[in-house]
This record gives sequence, structure tokens and C-alpha cells, in this order.
Amino acid sequence: MSDSSTPPRRTATHCPYCALQCGIWLDTDASGAVTVEPRNFPTNQGGLCQKGWTSVELLDSPARLTSPMLRRNGRLVPVSWDEALAYVAERCRELQARHGADAVGIFGGGGLTNEKAYQLGKFARVGLGTATIDYNGRWCMAAAAAGGGRAFGLDRGLPFPLADVGAAQTLLLVGANPAETMPPFARYLVAQRQAGGSLIVVDPRRTPTAAQATLHLQALPGTDLALANGLLHIAIALGHLDEAYIAARTTGFERVRRTVAGYWPERVERITGVPVPQQRRAVQLLGQAETAIILTARGAEQHSKGADTVNALTNLALALGLPGTPGSGYGCLTGQGNGQGGREHGQKADQLPGYRRIDDPAARERIAEVWGVPADSIPGAGRSAYEMLDALGTPEGAQGLFVLGSNPVVSAPNARRVEERLRALDFLVVFDFVLSETAALADVVLPVAQWAEEEGTMTNLEGRVLHRQRLRPPPPGVRTDLDVLAELAELLGSKAEFSPEPREVFAELRRATEGAPADYSGISYERIDAEDGVFWPAPSAAEATPRMFLASFAHPDGKARFLPVEHRPAAEETDERYPLHLTTGRVMQHYQSGAQTRRIPTLSEAAPEAFVELHPDLGTRLGIAEGDQVRVVSRRGSAEGPARLSDAIRPDTLFMPFHWGGRGRVNSVVGAALDPVSKMPEFKITAVRLERIAGREGRQGP
Amino acid sequence: MTMYPEVKAETRRVVVVGHGMAGSRVVAELLAAKPELDITVYGAEPHVPYNRVLLSNLVAGKADEQSIQLLDAQLCGTSVKVNSGVTVTAIDRESRTVCASDGSRTPYDALVLATGATAARPPLKRLTCDDGELLTGVVTLRTLDDCREILRLAAEASERSGRPARALVLGGGLLGLEVARGLVQRGHRAEVLQFGPILMERQLDEGAARALHGALAAVGVEVRLGTSVLAVAGRERFQGVECEDGGFVPGDLLVLATGMRPDTALAAAAGLPVGRGVVVDDLMRTADPAVFAVGDCAEHRGVVHGLVQPAWEQARVAAQVIAGVPEVAPYRESRVVTRLKTSGIDLASMGEFAPDGTEDDTDVVVFQDTRRNLYQKVVVRDCKVAGAVMVGESATLGTVTQLFDRHDPVPRDRRLLLFPLAATAVGETVLPDDALVCHCNAVTKAEITAHRGSDLASVARTTRATTGCGGCREAVAKLLES
Repeated sequence: MSDSSTPPRRTATHCPYCALQCGIWLDTDASGAVTVEPRNFPTNQGGLCQKGWTSVELLDSPARLTSPMLRRNGRLVPVSWDEALAYVAERCRELQARHGADAVGIFGGGGLTNEKAYQLGKFARVGLGTATIDYNGRWCMAAAAAGGGRAFGLDRGLPFPLADVGAAQTLLLVGANPAETMPPFARYLVAQRQAGGSLIVVDPRRTPTAAQATLHLQALPGTDLALANGLLHIAIALGHLDEAYIAARTTGFERVRRTVAGYWPERVERITGVPVPQQRRAVQLLGQAETAIILTARGAEQHSKGADTVNALTNLALALGLPGTPGSGYGCLTGQGNGQGGREHGQKADQLPGYRRIDDPAARERIAEVWGVPADSIPGAGRSAYEMLDALGTPEGAQGLFVLGSNPVVSAPNARRVEERLRALDFLVVFDFVLSETAALADVVLPVAQWAEEEGTMTNLEGRVLHRQRLRPPPPGVRTDLDVLAELAELLGSKAEFSPEPREVFAELRRATEGAPADYSGISYERIDAEDGVFWPAPSAAEATPRMFLASFAHPDGKARFLPVEHRPAAEETDERYPLHLTTGRVMQHYQSGAQTRRIPTLSEAAPEAFVELHPDLGTRLGIAEGDQVRVVSRRGSAEGPARLSDAIRPDTLFMPFHWGGRGRVNSVVGAALDPVSKMPEFKITAVRLERIAGREGRQGP
Repeated sequence: MTMYPEVKAETRRVVVVGHGMAGSRVVAELLAAKPELDITVYGAEPHVPYNRVLLSNLVAGKADEQSIQLLDAQLCGTSVKVNSGVTVTAIDRESRTVCASDGSRTPYDALVLATGATAARPPLKRLTCDDGELLTGVVTLRTLDDCREILRLAAEASERSGRPARALVLGGGLLGLEVARGLVQRGHRAEVLQFGPILMERQLDEGAARALHGALAAVGVEVRLGTSVLAVAGRERFQGVECEDGGFVPGDLLVLATGMRPDTALAAAAGLPVGRGVVVDDLMRTADPAVFAVGDCAEHRGVVHGLVQPAWEQARVAAQVIAGVPEVAPYRESRVVTRLKTSGIDLASMGEFAPDGTEDDTDVVVFQDTRRNLYQKVVVRDCKVAGAVMVGESATLGTVTQLFDRHDPVPRDRRLLLFPLAATAVGETVLPDDALVCHCNAVTKAEITAHRGSDLASVARTTRATTGCGGCREAVAKLLES
């Protein structure tokens, strides 16, 4: 069918969405039209989901912003780049002069390339001199990162290649639904099953992933920690401990052993609702397997005990001798496109590039040298994401904010409060390519390039650093984030260099991470292309690390840590007024706050609005039929959508996807309780009640 | 009575009497709530705290002593002073001091009694020797040392006779059955002597007891119902029991499992009000506001629980009050769920499981399989689980327990209380044309069958089916062939 006389120009790159970063071809024909085809890349092996197939539709979307805009008399009006940037620089100087350097903050994103994440951290500390910087990845990966750091000394989502997942004899997925959230990942589950492996899924919903499982443990939301302690209790009783491994490679088992002695199966059944025989079966499947992998995702992690839950599972993995053993291990499934790289290079309030700590004097010296500034000029740690947003516009918080690669009006917990704080700012500047809900509140909106319009690197969920190729330059009026940051740094009078070129920024990132835990110094764009990606740490051009911890863990003594952790209730328990649990998550067609995917017609037609999933019994009790408009109400706010009845969910639990703003904004309902260790908000469990608003036909206006 | 008393700011020194499951929990909760407290704990047993619930596993050889040890404050590197093998002999409430068997006197601002319970001794003739000790070969089962003694006696008897030991267990309650099953798992013989007409009469109805009886027989535990034991036989060593009907049951050892008696002597001697247990209010305070009691020794609103879950809830309340946590939620009577913890026999009992059949608002859902010794019964009132009793493996027990605990409404289809949801499999013959075959790319059956006869690759190219997770590959291939 294709016209063979004019072969299309092929660009090898990666899908813009999730952390699987599927390899794709972008084919440009003679007319300039672009089509997508999946590449046979080691991660997606020729697979692609609906989001990936439709990803190019956004490039020419009519929703695209092509001119900077400035708020005048309450309305955003187009202005020139010069005027917009001069205004931004002036407002920053003015606010910082009046309120101090920390009064201007930055809120970044886990979808930004490594180069941008790095440059943003540098721009904060050097360009603005502010400690106020954090990013939306705090709400995705913070609990896994803290848990992995505590157990192994270093967190890389999967410390082994995806291929190990497909080959593992037993897989335990806790709070993960990859069949919907990253469909091509599910190829590994299919392969694993076909090879005779067992899949155990822990989830309060019978998700499409759980439906494929050998064993589905339908635990009550917020009880994964107790379940993990209980599984370890049984593993000890059944003699599945790897004693030699525990002795040689770990410390702290004694305290954990004596902690889980209090988690006998019948008690755990009562806490979690998982029947004792199922607990035993799960342990047998894990304990008898030659290779076994335990994976967590947001379902286990987005709790006010998220890091402890992760460590309950690392304890189980360590007791069975899995981490650092080829073919086995513990890992987390990173969500955002560059959720891995985004958490390594300095967007986090407490970090410098390469997973260095901002309170480590040696790290500060090293980075100061790379940046060409005095070490004592680098600010200390700032507030974590929610704490930063919660303080906006208050005397303690920032008065001005930059937002890049994020849409917190939709994605932040306690979103009504966050929206109110964003509105209370003196000055808000948003970099985006569409007018997201957050951009709509801004004083200045800067139209920036999209994924296929600039080059850079992304680090996928396996820690494999990938090369995002440029398909074509951005349209007229649009500039890249790096370009804009470089000019702003100059306008702000920065002494340090800020290159607008991704390759130059990457070269600097390599220097900055040399010798750091996440060492990229041996990685180059050319090497990535030649090797189908490079696994960090890569301290030299000849080295890469597909499997970590084989010889030793990253703690100073080389040993992994057992951490005694105890079950505790959610921050907000159900009561008579709020008798139901609410949990949130994704649908297949949308990504994060939906700012991109809601603007793609194919996807928005398939999944046009937020909905409330509930069990038919609950529907009958409350007089709610399929399609009725319902309202979910918590102590903080409410969200609305049509009811979807499904027996895949527990009768005491509701589910809402989080991709929508407005009336369907479920994060208005979600609370602000934070995990004391990682500052992860409790997205996955909120006490709510459900109300019927109107029947299917009689929908009320907004 | 005020629910939220002002806790005296000077509360600094806390003494905990008892280092079992309740006492060690009190210490852990105190440390969690106020780490700077000066805590002294006395444990009469010379061991680190251990999980008493799992002692029957130890008898069964399914756990070793190490694996039932609980976390204690010392292992956590805290400054808590732990006195193991030391008994508190007196409380001087006037001077707020406790006296211990090692001669020490320790002052307190707050005192927690977690003295637990001791095994009851039934009134049998010749049960004890002249010195008041139990006859050799007769043991109670309460402590780790009791457990060791049972195993030692059984091993010794079996060595002596060259055959498995024959143990008699007096009392067909939870503990008696667990230890009998454990001894059988160790390769010994065990016979349970039950006074009443059914086993576990406080927790089971007749149908459940019959199923349990059958399940026990299947795993080799013998049961003798309606047996009234009058006397113990044997001079130097236990030889058997004599029954009221004149019968004699021979045995190598006798395990007394006839219940527990709260250990209240210390409190009573100190002049604190004692009923069956040490009387406490909703904040676990005794009549003396500086003295608290929790666990098996405490009597709350007329109830002594003797179970770990209420003990741990009480420990938390007492610790929080002592630590001065604001607005401590008072202890509410725990919902009790009894579980038999022994492999091969699943049993649970909760709430009210034997309605008298006259209430209109009460429904009973029952399933019984006499051959397989299955018995499952849920009592529903006002659409809530009022009680349940289940014998035999049940996939819904976790759900029923949570419905009972949380007062949540039961499923409309009440069969679901007993049987887990059967996954609904849809054959492709009944698949409508608009049904999604490839979920990842939203491709319907009709879109695929339109390409009947083409190969998988070309259908994948045109419809994108199979290109997501790849799980629909087989289904698509079949549709193309059909």
C-alpha cells in the first residue's frame, strides 16, 4: 500500500508516556505526515499500547500553545518571548529581594528528560539560589526510593533487566496493574505464564492483571505491610529462609524475625482479609521457586506508611535470598516516563545530581566545582512536594513558583487546597505545550517543545538510559525548556553556564555524576544508540550494570538491611459518616493528569470522563444504577462522575481514576497525610461516602 | 468519669509487671509514644518475651523456640531495664514502689500490671503430691517451660516403652485440641477427654462440633466426649485417669487444658478491686489512677478476655494514657474471633452463632458436607454478620471476619458469604461483535473477524490488535481461523 518510491524518513525514538519507554519508529512521509510503529526494542519487543500508537496526534494538536502569554486584566494575552522572559526575571528579582531567595520555588516533573531534570536543579540552586524545589515524582516514587535506599543503600526501580521478570518462576506483584498502566509490560507476564511460572497479585481490585494471576490476594486497602510481615512469618515457619544468604549478605534479621513472630497467619487474615490457605500458598510459590521476583507499585507505596510497606517486602525478599541473586530480586515499577532519571539528578528538595545528598559536604564540594560556584552558595534541603505547595503564598512559603512538566492542580493530593495555594501566589509561571489546568492559573505561560521536538535522555524503569531522538524542530513561537532556562539564568545574572544544548548539558551531567551512586559518566548518546540503552551505574565507557548488587549492596559494609516494620492503620479510618474506602489509579487510555492524553481524540473518546467504580451490592444498597451520576465525599472535598458497577472491586471500596480536573477531580477528595519517611502522600486510601446525584438521563449541569 | 484525664507531666518512671505478650506490647507502645520514659519491666519467666499463641506449633514441631520469640526493648538498643526471671512480690501504693523477688525496690509514677493468667487445676483426686506440686507426668500448658516439659515427658515415655507416647488431654477447648493435634504431629498418640457433650462448647454448635470431631479423627486425634474424670492414677508417675462411670483411661502423661485463671494476687494484696480479674475502666486504669492493668489479668466491664488481640488493644490504650497522648480513644470491648491454629483443621467462631430461631430479623446461611467434615454457618441480622462458625477450609473466612469486625453489610447474594466469587468465563462463541478482544488497543471482535483469512501480522498492522500486552494473541488467531 505504501508508496515505495519515496521511503519514509525513520526516526528511532521512544514513546513519550510511561516508564517502560517503548521503542518506536516515527515515520515521516513526503507530505510531512508522521506515523508511529513499534520498534523491536529489548523492552517492548514490538509491543505498543493505544497511548503510544496515538502519541503523534499531540504534535499537531490544535490545543498546542505557540506564543508566550501574560496575564493582563485577568486574561492571558499573547506577548513576545522577550517581554515574557524579562517580566519573569523582574518578578523573580523583586520577590526574592522582598522575601528572600527561597521565596521563588520550582515544581518539576518526572517526565522531564535527564538533561532538564539536571538543569532545573542547577537553575534552582544557582540561577535562583533557592532551596525551594521539588517535583511530582515525590508522589510516585518517593516511598520506593526511600525503602530501596534503606534496604539496599541505593534505589534503582528494577535492579535487573525486564527479561528477568519474564523468566522468573514466581512473580509477586503488590499494588501493580501493568496490564492497564503499561500494557506492553504485560508481555513479560504472558511469557512468564507460558513458561509455567506462577503469578501472585496483591490488589483490592480484581484488575485485568489480577485476573491473569495464579493467585490473587484481595487484601483490604492499606494492609499490604501486615500481609508482607505475615508471609515472612510463614516463610520462617515453613523453612524457606535462605540462611546462608542472610548470614553473608544482610544485617538486622534478628529484629525482623522477632517482629514478624507477632504476625501469625490468623491475625494477618483478620487484618488483611486474605485467607490463611492463600497466604500459605503464596509463600510456597515464592519459597519453592528457583527464581522469584517481588515487585511493588503505587498501590503498595502511596500510603502514609509507604516506605515501611516497601521495607516489609524487601524484608521478605531478603529472607528468601532474592535481591542481588541473578534471575531473582526486589524491584518497583516506576510510573512516569523519566520517573527513574527524574529522581536522580537534583529536582528533589534533598538531592544533588547522581543521587548525591545535598547535606553531604563532599557532594556539595564536587557539584560546586562542576557548576563553578562556591560550595556554600548551594542552598540546603527544601520542603517536599506537598509541603512546598501547602505553604505557597503563606509567610513561610514561596510567593512565586515555576511549574515544569507537571499539572498539580489535577495531580496533587488535597487538590482543592493546592489550587487555593497556587491562586494565592504573587507570581506563577508555567512551562507547558497545552493550557493545562495549572497553566490556566498562571501569570505567565511559556510554550515549550514536546517530546519529539528535542533531543535528550530518559532512564526507564530498569535503569536503562535511553536516547530520545528529535523528529523535527519545534513549531514557530515554541522554544525548548533548556533554551528558556539558559536565557532566564542570564537575565537573572547567573555566573554559571547554562547551555541550551542537550548534548552539552548531558556532558556536564556526566561530569557531575562521576563517582556518584547513580554514575552516568561512562554513558554517551552514541553508546546508548549502539547498545540499545545503557544501564547505570556506568563509571566508564566499558562498563554498565544490568544487574545490581550481585557482589555487594550499596551500604558502606556491602550488606543489605532488614528493617523491622509494624502495621499501622491508615491516617484516616472509615467511620459512620465516611464508611467506604476510596482508592485511585489509572485507566489504560490516559497518562497522569491527562493534560496530554485528554487532548487526543481517540483516547478521550474511549475514556471521556472520570467515573466511580463500585460493587453492585453497594449500588443496590444506595440505590445507584449503572451510569447514575454520583458524588464521592471525603472530609476535604468531593468529586463526581457516572457510576460503573463491577464485581471486580470489594463492596467496601470505591475506585476513581485520577486523570481529570473539574468536577471529576478525585484528588479534591484525597487527603494530605504524608509518610514520615518519604513524604509520600496517602493517595491510595481515603475514607469517603458515596451519594447519588441524579439518574443516567437527568444529569445536572456543572 | 472524665475520658481524657490530664496526665501528670511528671510521669517519668513506668514499671511494667509481666513481660509476656501484653507486657512486652505495653513497653513497645510506651517507647513509640514517649521514648524518653524511664521504663522498668519485670518478667517472671526467665526468657525473652515470646508469642504464646504459637506454643502449640512448638508442641507440633512446626516452630522452634527461636521462631516464636518477640521483639523486646533490649534488642532494640533502648534503655529499658528488663528483669527476666524476677517476680514482683508486692506493690506499695502509698510510696508508689514495687518490691521484687531479687530484693529490689523500684519507684514508679505509673505502674502497669500485665501479670497474665495461670492454668487452672481441676479438682481431681491425687492430682498433686504432698508438696503441692503436680504429680510427675501431669502438666499444664501455659508457658514455654510447660511446653518443654510436655515434649520431654512424651519423648521420655516413648523411649521407655519403645512406642509412641500416649498423652491424655483434659479439656476439649481450643488449647486442648491444639496441643493434642501437636502431639500427634510429633508422632505421639493423643486422646482428648471432654466433660461436655460436644467439643469447644462455648464456641461451636452441634453441627460444627461434629465436623470438628470428624476432622480430628481424620488426623488421628482421639476424642472421648461426656467423660467426667474423677481422679488421677499413679504413685510416682502418672498412669491414667479414673472416670465417674468407673472406667480407666491409661496414659503416659496428662495435659491439663481446663482453662486459665487471671493472676490477680499481686493486685488483690495491694488492695485493688478484683473481680475475676483486676477491675479497670475504659482507659485501663484500676481504682488507683497510677496503676493500670491489661491483658489476661484485667477485667473490663465484667469481661476477662484471655486473648491476645484485646490484650494488644488494651496495651496501646494504657501506654498512650501514660505517655500523655492527647485524646486517647478509650478501649471498647473487642470483637472476639476464635481460631483453631493447627494445620489440617481450619476452625473459626465469632459472635452469636446459635440464634434461638424465634427472631424474625435473623437469617442463617449454612453449608454442611458431612463426608468432608465441612460446616459453615453465618448468622445475619440487619444485613450484618452477627456471628459465624466455620469448620474446614474456607475461602471466605477472611471476608466474613472483616464483615463481622467492621459491621459492614453482607453481600446481597448470601451464597457469597460461603463461596468465593466464581470467575465468569466467557467463551468466544457467545462474544458479541462489539466485545473488546484486544483491550490494550480497543479492538472489537467485529474489527478482527472482518479480516478473517489474513495472517496475524497483517491484522496487527491494520487494527493494532495483539500489539499491547500480547495476551489476546491466541484469541485473535482463533477468530481469524473461524
